[in-house]
Amino acid sequence: MIKTQGLSKTFLIGKKHDTALKAVDELTLEVHEGEVFGFLGPNGAGKTTTVRMLTSLIRPTSGSAIVAGYQVGKDDIDIRRNVGLLTESPGMYERLSAEKNLRIFAELYDVPDVNKAVSKYLSLFGLWERRADAVGSFSKGMRQKLAVARALVHEPKVLFFDEPTTGLDPEAARIVRDFILEFKQEGRTIFMTTHNLDEAEKLCDRVGIFKQSLLALDSPANLRQKMFGRKVVFHLGGVDPQWAALIEEVEGVSGVELLEDKIVVSMTEPETSNPLITRLLVEQGADIRFIGEVRQSLEKIYLEMLHGNETRQA
Amino acid sequence: MKHIRTIIGKEWAEVFKNKLVLSVLLIMPVLFSLLPLVMLGVTGSSAQMSISPEEAGLPPELFESFCEGMNAGECTQVYMLNQFMLFFVMMPLIIPVTIAAYSIVGEKTTRSLEPLLATPTTTIELLVAKCFAAVIPAVAATFLSFIIFNIGIRILGVSPRVLAYVLSPTWLVGILLLGPILSVMSAMFAIFISSRVNDPRVAEQISGVMIVPFMAVFLLTSFGVITLGIKAMIAAVIICACLAAGLFYLGTLIFDRENILTKWK
Repeated sequence: MIKTQGLSKTFLIGKKHDTALKAVDELTLEVHEGEVFGFLGPNGAGKTTTVRMLTSLIRPTSGSAIVAGYQVGKDDIDIRRNVGLLTESPGMYERLSAEKNLRIFAELYDVPDVNKAVSKYLSLFGLWERRADAVGSFSKGMRQKLAVARALVHEPKVLFFDEPTTGLDPEAARIVRDFILEFKQEGRTIFMTTHNLDEAEKLCDRVGIFKQSLLALDSPANLRQKMFGRKVVFHLGGVDPQWAALIEEVEGVSGVELLEDKIVVSMTEPETSNPLITRLLVEQGADIRFIGEVRQSLEKIYLEMLHGNETRQA
Repeated sequence: MKHIRTIIGKEWAEVFKNKLVLSVLLIMPVLFSLLPLVMLGVTGSSAQMSISPEEAGLPPELFESFCEGMNAGECTQVYMLNQFMLFFVMMPLIIPVTIAAYSIVGEKTTRSLEPLLATPTTTIELLVAKCFAAVIPAVAATFLSFIIFNIGIRILGVSPRVLAYVLSPTWLVGILLLGPILSVMSAMFAIFISSRVNDPRVAEQISGVMIVPFMAVFLLTSFGVITLGIKAMIAAVIICACLAAGLFYLGTLIFDRENILTKWK
C-alpha cells in the first residue's frame, strides 16, 4: 500500500539557502495493506517530513514512493484523494462549527453524499450533539476527534497519523487509540508517527525506528528478540550457585545469571527449554515460586537503536 | 469549480465572524457613500444659486474641464463630488487587502493550512478561491455604496446634470471595470505577501503598499494636476487587466506549498 525506494529529502537552509540539511536519507520500506505501521523517532528525526512527502505535500529530493497505487510527485492529486492525514496539530477553523468544518473537507474531497458522511462521522466520534458549536469552544480531545473524523470523511485507503495522541490527556489519548484499533480491525492501512512507545507496541504490527534513515524495521516482538533474545526468570526460595552450570547444559540456553533468590536464563525457545529447566530445578530440590518471561520494553530497544547509531556515527 | 465555491464559502464564513474584518468591510463603503452626501446636503442651500461660475468666483480651468454649461451651484456640487469619485475606484483596491492579507498567513497561524493543502485542491483553485473571496465582498460593497451615493445625489443634487456627471462614461468605466480589476490586483498581491510572511499584521501592512501608487493618482487628480477622461480610464483598464493577469500567473508560479509549510514556525 505504501512503498518507498531510496526516498530522500534535503532542505536548503540559511539566509542564502547554501546549507544542505538532510531530513530524510534513503528511506526504503514497504507498508502492507491493512497494516498499522509505527514510525518512531526523536524530535527532528524527519518523521513529519516523511509523512508530508508520502501525502504529496512536499516533493522528495530523490528516490521514489508509491502510495495507494499512485506515484508521489506524479499523481499528487490522486494521492491526496486517497489518503487521510491527521496532522500533528488539529488545525481547525475555530470560528466555524464542527459540522461546517467537516462539511468543508467532505466537499473538498469530493465526497458524493456530504450530509451522510458528515453525520456518520460526527455521530461515530460522539460529536453530533455539539455539531453546531464553534470548534473554538471544544476541548483538545474533542478537536482531535474532529481532526480524525476529517481524515476519515472521504473513506481513504491509507491513513497517516502524525503524533495522534500528543498533548492529549490520558482519556482522550485512549479514545484515539481505541479508534485506531477499530480502523485496524476494519482493515485500513495506517502509517503513524509517535513518540509514545507503549502506544506503538499496543497498536502497531511493525515499527520502524528512524532518525534521518531507517535504523530498524520489524514487529516489536521480533525487534525485542533480535536485540535481546528471550529471557525467563525463575523466582526461587533460595539459590544454589551450582545450579548455574547444570542449567547452562540444557539445550537452547545461552546464558544464566544468578541473583539473590532468582535465576535469569537467556534462551532461544522458552517453550522447549522451560520444562527441562523446571524439571532439573525440582530434581535439585529448588523451591520454585514463580516463572515468567522478562519482556524488554520497546523503549529500551528504541534507545539502544538510537544510542547505538550515535555511537557508530561518532 | 466546486472546490472554489467551497473555499470561498469557508473564507466568508470565517471573515463575517471576524468583527475587525467585518468593520473594515462596512465602515469604508458607508463612510465614502455618506460623507459626500452629507457635504452635498450642507452645501445644498448655497448651491441653489443660479449665478454663473465666473460670478461665483470659481477658477476658469475648473469649469473648462468639467463644468461646461453648468451654473455655479451645479459646478460647485460637481467639483466637490469629483473629489470623492476616485474613492469608488479605490475602495475595491483597499477593502480586499484586509481579507486577502489574512487568507494564507491566517491559516498558517491556526495550523489549518496543512489539512487544506492535503486535499485534492489544485493551486489554481486555491488562489482563485482566496482571491475572489476577497474581491467579491469588496466589489459588492463598492457597488452598493455607489448605488446609495447615486440615490443621495438624485435627492440632494441641485439638478439632474450633477447626477449625469457622476454617471458619465468615464466614471462608469472606472467604477464598474477598473475598480474590480484593481481589486483582483490588490487581492493577488496581498495573497502573495500573505504566503510569504508569518504574521497577519505584517501581511496587511506590506500589502498596503499596493495602494500607494493609486493614492498618488488620487492626489494628483484632487489637485487638478491630471484630469481623468474616458480615454485615460480605458487605458488604465487595459493596463491594469494585463497587470492583474500577470500577477495571477506569477502567483501560481510563486505559490510554493513546500516553502509555505516548511518555513512556517
